[in-house]
This record gives sequence, structure tokens and C-alpha cells, in this order.
Amino acid sequence: MNGLTQLLGWVDDRFPLTKLWKEHLSEYYAPKNFNFWYFFGSLALLVLVIQILTGIFLTMNYKPDAAVAFASVEYIMRDVSGGWIIRYMHTTGASAFFVVVYLHMFRGLIYGSYRKPRELIWIFGMLIYLALMAEGFFGYLLPWGQMSFWGAQVIVNLFNAIPVIGPDLSVWIRGDYVISDATLNRFFAFHVIAIPFVLAGLVVAHIIALHEVGSNNPDGVEIKKHKDPVTHIPLDGIPFHPYYTVKDIVGVVVFLMVFFGIVFFAPEFGGYFIEDNNFIPADPFKTPPHIAPVWYFTPFYAILRAVPSFAGTQVWGVLAMGAAVVVLFFLPWLDKGQVKSIRYRGPIYKYALTAFIISFIGLGYLGVQPVTPLFTLLAQILSAVYFGFFFLMPWYTKMDNAKCKPEPERVTG
Amino acid sequence: MLNIAKKGLLLLGMLASVAAFASSDIHLDKAPVNLSDNASLQRGAKTFVNYCLTCHSAAYMRYNRLQDIGMSEQDIKGLILTGAKIGDLMTIALDKKEAKAWFGAAPPDLTVISRSRGADWLYTYLRGFYRDDSRPSGWNNVAFDKVGMPHVLYELQGVQALHHEGKEDHAGKLVLETPGKMKPAEYDAMVGDLVNYLVFMGEPVKAKRFTLGIFVLLFLGVLLVVSYKLKKEFWKDIH
Repeated sequence: MNGLTQLLGWVDDRFPLTKLWKEHLSEYYAPKNFNFWYFFGSLALLVLVIQILTGIFLTMNYKPDAAVAFASVEYIMRDVSGGWIIRYMHTTGASAFFVVVYLHMFRGLIYGSYRKPRELIWIFGMLIYLALMAEGFFGYLLPWGQMSFWGAQVIVNLFNAIPVIGPDLSVWIRGDYVISDATLNRFFAFHVIAIPFVLAGLVVAHIIALHEVGSNNPDGVEIKKHKDPVTHIPLDGIPFHPYYTVKDIVGVVVFLMVFFGIVFFAPEFGGYFIEDNNFIPADPFKTPPHIAPVWYFTPFYAILRAVPSFAGTQVWGVLAMGAAVVVLFFLPWLDKGQVKSIRYRGPIYKYALTAFIISFIGLGYLGVQPVTPLFTLLAQILSAVYFGFFFLMPWYTKMDNAKCKPEPERVTG
Repeated sequence: MLNIAKKGLLLLGMLASVAAFASSDIHLDKAPVNLSDNASLQRGAKTFVNYCLTCHSAAYMRYNRLQDIGMSEQDIKGLILTGAKIGDLMTIALDKKEAKAWFGAAPPDLTVISRSRGADWLYTYLRGFYRDDSRPSGWNNVAFDKVGMPHVLYELQGVQALHHEGKEDHAGKLVLETPGKMKPAEYDAMVGDLVNYLVFMGEPVKAKRFTLGIFVLLFLGVLLVVSYKLKKEFWKDIH
């Protein structure tokens, strides 16, 4: 026995290192038929690591003080060695996080990954998504530009619409009557410790739950139904390590090519990743003519604006926006389909999903545009489609069952 | 599936065409930006320090950063009009409150102005001043209506007037009424250099970013080939 094996034995007697390695990597059996859509889980983890690492270095030079915050960001961009690359990685990473997570969620929709027995994985995932939105929102105030300031102002003012306690609540959130130094300091605290802490915990829970029940796959059939009688290994399963680790490395490299392509050649991404107005320092006395949130919030922002005020209050729009996110939590119980994967579903679900994707992208587009009567009407139609996808799901998925194709017993190629 | 995808594309196309109708902005002239032209950048830096840096600060930019566009320490020291040291930020002595009383608005810091306004807007703006006796300063601008800033460069450009040609809704046409010290082409070239410099100052690392980016992508390209072969090797017995 050499020294290293001895050391490992010493550790294993005190901490389940080898056991964890086996359970989560070398003897975690994943279906062998993962396709393109299965890259985005590991990529989300990669982006989380990028955000935490770059975030640590940004924190070393950033100053959460309304008088110097904007200048400290420019200091990072100019005077800190490599500061610009760290900052651009962080800003691009924020948008990349949402791209990757949206594609990861879309994968769940097409292959029914949220269905029994994976309801908790979906719920943990949704909580991660909520935490991510909070993280993005708090972080966006920190550069202290005009969009930072007015975006935060608009979002915090939404709480004003809540009856009775609304105005006091929004003052309590800001710590002031307007967005100010006090707000910046507390948002900084949320952005660099509170939310990342919650996020990390949720990611662990998401993965533990996944490894408990095992991964779904593009066929939506359970590989645990057919195990080798002797070894009890699923016949269609392959060990995550080395097979999916080497495969995910390819995905990581392709992702990094896109990621660094943006970091080096188009970090503002046409004003969508870093908005033009955010190069103007925050000015509480000058409202920009057109305030739009960052792109990853715009579908929900469009829903907010689409709902007219009614009975003297604007709270309905806020409720609709909240409902648009909350309704996703109930997906596992709304779907009454016999089969999980889109490969074997009937045509109605395919139409419904297509309409949903169009409504989501359409609303995202409308959310960055100024309000016109035509756009408001379009946003109302698309909002109806968005909610229709969920609220009508118990019925149309049941109707669809008559036209389902038979599921295979084992996974296909 | 293909059918659904087609319908989806059609709908997105309709959305896009609706959007095209919705935008109507002022016409902007294309700025001649070339970040590898050090001579132009240096000329722009001189114009900036001589004409802009008295009322406008560039408080996040250090003088010694001008070494990035090929200026020596001696050159930079010769450029500095104040008592600033070469490693200092481009700050000014102008009091913001006083400036606000004089111009109606304090002159904004120009360090990252090219990133909020865009080069083309700056190029149009700096060539777009015209006489307007209804304004307190006597000047107005085609790119920035009711601007507080007077035409600082009028001695060079001369005095322009805006001709509406009878139609009030017409955007109007700028006509040079009194020639300045420079010919129109010379003035445009000088403003072009200045805007080029403002773009450089907005992000001094930009040119370097492109070069470094190419190397990073080349490295990742090699890594892609290696990692793909590795994956193929491991997966050859999975069917």
C-alpha cells in the first residue's frame, strides 16, 4: 500500500470521501442517451462558479458607497490589473446564467423532467431560479448607473401597489424614501452573501434530489426498471464519471468559446448585457425617457405592463407578474399526460409548447420596447397564451393522451 | 414539428416588422472610428485637453493612460495645462454648482460618454450646432435640442443656421453662414479625431481586448479538438 492509498483510507475512516465519489460520480448511473439539451445543468454549475470567483475579485475593489460606487467600477475597468476581464466575465456571466437556466428549464418541459418522481428536483430548481432573479436584481444596482438606479426604483415601487402596507413596505425595503446609499449597502449585502449562500444550499439540494431518483432522459422512461440481475446496475445506465464528465468537458469548451467571444468582442452585447444608460452615473433628479429592465426579466415586465389597473389599484399587474413565476412551481401537478417525453406525446402538447415558447420570447421582446397601444394589445394576447399554457394544461394533456405514441421499454439511440 | 416551427417563425417575423415601424430617431452621421490609428487618437487627445477639459472632467481617466496611444511621458507632460502630475486623473477646477447656474446643467464627465451616447451621436452633435437666438446661449443643436452647451468650437467651424425650407415639420438642413478658420472637411476631420479619442477614453483596453480575444479563442479551439477526441475515445464502446 503506498502513501496515498493509506491517506485515503485514513480519510475514509473519518469522512465518506470514497463513498461520496462513488455515489455522485463513478457509480452514479445516468441514462446513456443524453442529447444536446443535457449540457445545460453542468453548464449552470460552471457559470455559478465563474460568478462566485469573479465576484470575489470584484468585491476586493468595488466600493458599495453611492458617492464612489460608479467610480470604483471604472477604477476596476482601468486601474486594476485584469480588472476589465473580471468585470466583463461577471456581467456576461449574469446573462449567461439566465440563458443556460432558461435552456435547462426548456429541457425539463420537453422531456417531462419535472414529472413524478422528480417533483422536488423541479421545485428546488424553481427556488434556484427565484434566488437567481433576486441575485440579478440586487447585483444590477451595484454599478450605480442610471439604469441601475431607475430599474431598482421601478421594481421596488411595485411594492407600493400592495394595499394598505405597500408604501411603508417599499420604504422599509429601500431604507429611505428613494433608492439611496442605504439601499445600495443593503443590496450589496444581499448580493454578495445572503443570496449566494441560499443559492449554494439550493444547488446542493437540487443535485442530492436528482441523484436520489436518477436522471430523466429524452425518452422519458425510467432506466431503473431494467437492471442487471447480478450487479443491479441499470442496463441503460452508464457511470457519470468518466462518460459524462468527458462529454461535459466538450460542452464546457463550446460554451466557453461563446462566452469569451462575448467577453472579448461584444461585452455590452448591443446594450442588452450592459445597457448604454448605465454608463451615466445614477442621478435621482433625472429620469431616463425609457426604462427597461435587463433582458432576462423582460417577459415578466411585459406581463406586468399588460395588465390594466382596475378598481383604482395597479396591484393586478404585480399579482399577474408574480403568478407568472409561481405557476411554474405547480407544473408537476398540472401535467396529466401519460407519457413524459415530447417524443411520444400527442400533437396538442406540441402546439401548446410552441405557443408558450413564442409567448415567452414575444413578451421578452415587448418588455424592452416602449409602451404603445398596439404593443400593449400584443402583450395582453401573449400573456393570455402564457397563462393558458399552464391553466389549460390539465385538460389538453388529458385530451392528448388518446393520441400518444407508445413509449419504448428501453431508451432509444 | 416543422410545420409548427414555420408558424412560430412567421409570428416572430410579424413582431419584428411591427417593431421596425415603432422607431423614429434623428439621423446620425457615421463617425470615422479607428482605434489603431494612433496619430488620429493623439490629435484627438490634444483637441480634448485644449477645448473640452476646462469645463468637462474625465475623472476616471489618468493622463499616463495616453501612453497606450503612443505618447511618451514628455509628450503627456507637455499636454497637461494644469498643475496635474502625469499619474493624476483628468479632473477640473470648475465648481459644479456654479456651472449649473451658468449653463443650466453641469457639464457631464466625459470619461465614458462614448459608451452612453455612442460615437455616431457625438460626431453628429459636435458638428450639429447652429445659431438660435431663442436660446440663452444663442446656440442650439440638431442632435440635442435646447442644449445648454454653447458652441465652443465655433471659431473653427464657423456659424451654421438651420433652414427648414418652409416646412415646419421638416427636420431642416444645416447651412454654413459664416465660415470659420477651418474648411468644412478640415473641421469634420478634427471632430472625427476627437470622437475617436473619446471612444478610446471610454474603454482604453478595447483594442487590447480584441487581440487577446483572438488568442483565447484559438486556445479554446485547440482544446475543443482535444476534448472531442477524448470523448470519442471513451464513448467508443457505448452503443
